Amino acid sequence: MTALPPFQTVLDAHSAAVLAILRGAVGREAAEDCFQETFLAALRAYPKLENDGNLRGWLLTIAHRKAIDHHRANGREPLPVAEVAELAAAEASPQPDDGLWAAVGALPPKQRAAVALRYGSDLPHSEIAAALGCSPEAARRSLHEGLKRLRKELA
Amino acid sequence: MSAARKATIERFRARAAEEGLLDVAYVSTDSPFGPLLLAKTRRGLVRVGLPNQDADELLVDLAERVSPRVLEAPSELDEVRRELDLYFEGKLDRFDLALDWRLSGGFRQRVLRAINRIPYGQTRSYTEMARKAGNERAVRAAGTACGSNPIPVVVPCHRVLRTGGALGGYGGGLPMKQRLLELEGVLDGSPGS
Repeated sequence: MTALPPFQTVLDAHSAAVLAILRGAVGREAAEDCFQETFLAALRAYPKLENDGNLRGWLLTIAHRKAIDHHRANGREPLPVAEVAELAAAEASPQPDDGLWAAVGALPPKQRAAVALRYGSDLPHSEIAAALGCSPEAARRSLHEGLKRLRKELA
Repeated sequence: MSAARKATIERFRARAAEEGLLDVAYVSTDSPFGPLLLAKTRRGLVRVGLPNQDADELLVDLAERVSPRVLEAPSELDEVRRELDLYFEGKLDRFDLALDWRLSGGFRQRVLRAINRIPYGQTRSYTEMARKAGNERAVRAAGTACGSNPIPVVVPCHRVLRTGGALGGYGGGLPMKQRLLELEGVLDGSPGS
């Protein structure tokens, strides 16, 4: 295993994207807190991270979870759950949130991040691509594969 | 970087320190010789990178050997910077800093600890350092220990010379060693020797 880069490198490379996405997801003011929670959680977990191949996707997934926590804490029905549930299980009985997010969490990293960014942070394909560091086509494909898998899992 | 994002990152740094997640704090600071990289752990100063050393490489090395939780955190190193500034101005003859020796082990660490007791303005030979570390014949290994000193300037390996007084070597280049010894009044500033 190659050694993890100094955390400062991760912060330098991804803090702008994480902050931008959080602003989109929870608004400018709450984004500040979510940003702190995201990077503190990341820093806490960092030494045990086994695969540093997609640090950006990893961070965005954490950011996404923090955004969900924020929505929950504010007593709002988390928008992404409703949307993904609708997509994922139109005919099935409604899934409990945790089941759905467990299924999302079990997706491969790229698909998970794509689903989270699309339905959690409501980003267009172009921005998902930018966040994941891939082409818009690849982002669309990851999203598509992720949703397909979710539909199967939750059917 | 925008001022708002700077402030956000500054708050993150402060919280990381509060929560005990700052395993390695570092800063790059000016010196009369060029930029120095200073890094400390909760135990103390762990690394001083000299101007001729690649700071990025040193940080990668710290991430690997100490912890990947490496963050730039200038305020954590205020006291180190203050003492170094005074030293370079010739106003401090003894550092009062906690040191983290973990980057050197065994014989090398014993050599470096012996070096750390050489008083300001005095010099010793590599042979004496080998003896102090418990093996008089390991002069070459003592030289290597000096050369690999992770905390130069503060742990004064520049005070170790060849028997007979020749300068020997220095990780930061011989001119730096010479100037440090001039600063301490050991050399008079005439070239060579």
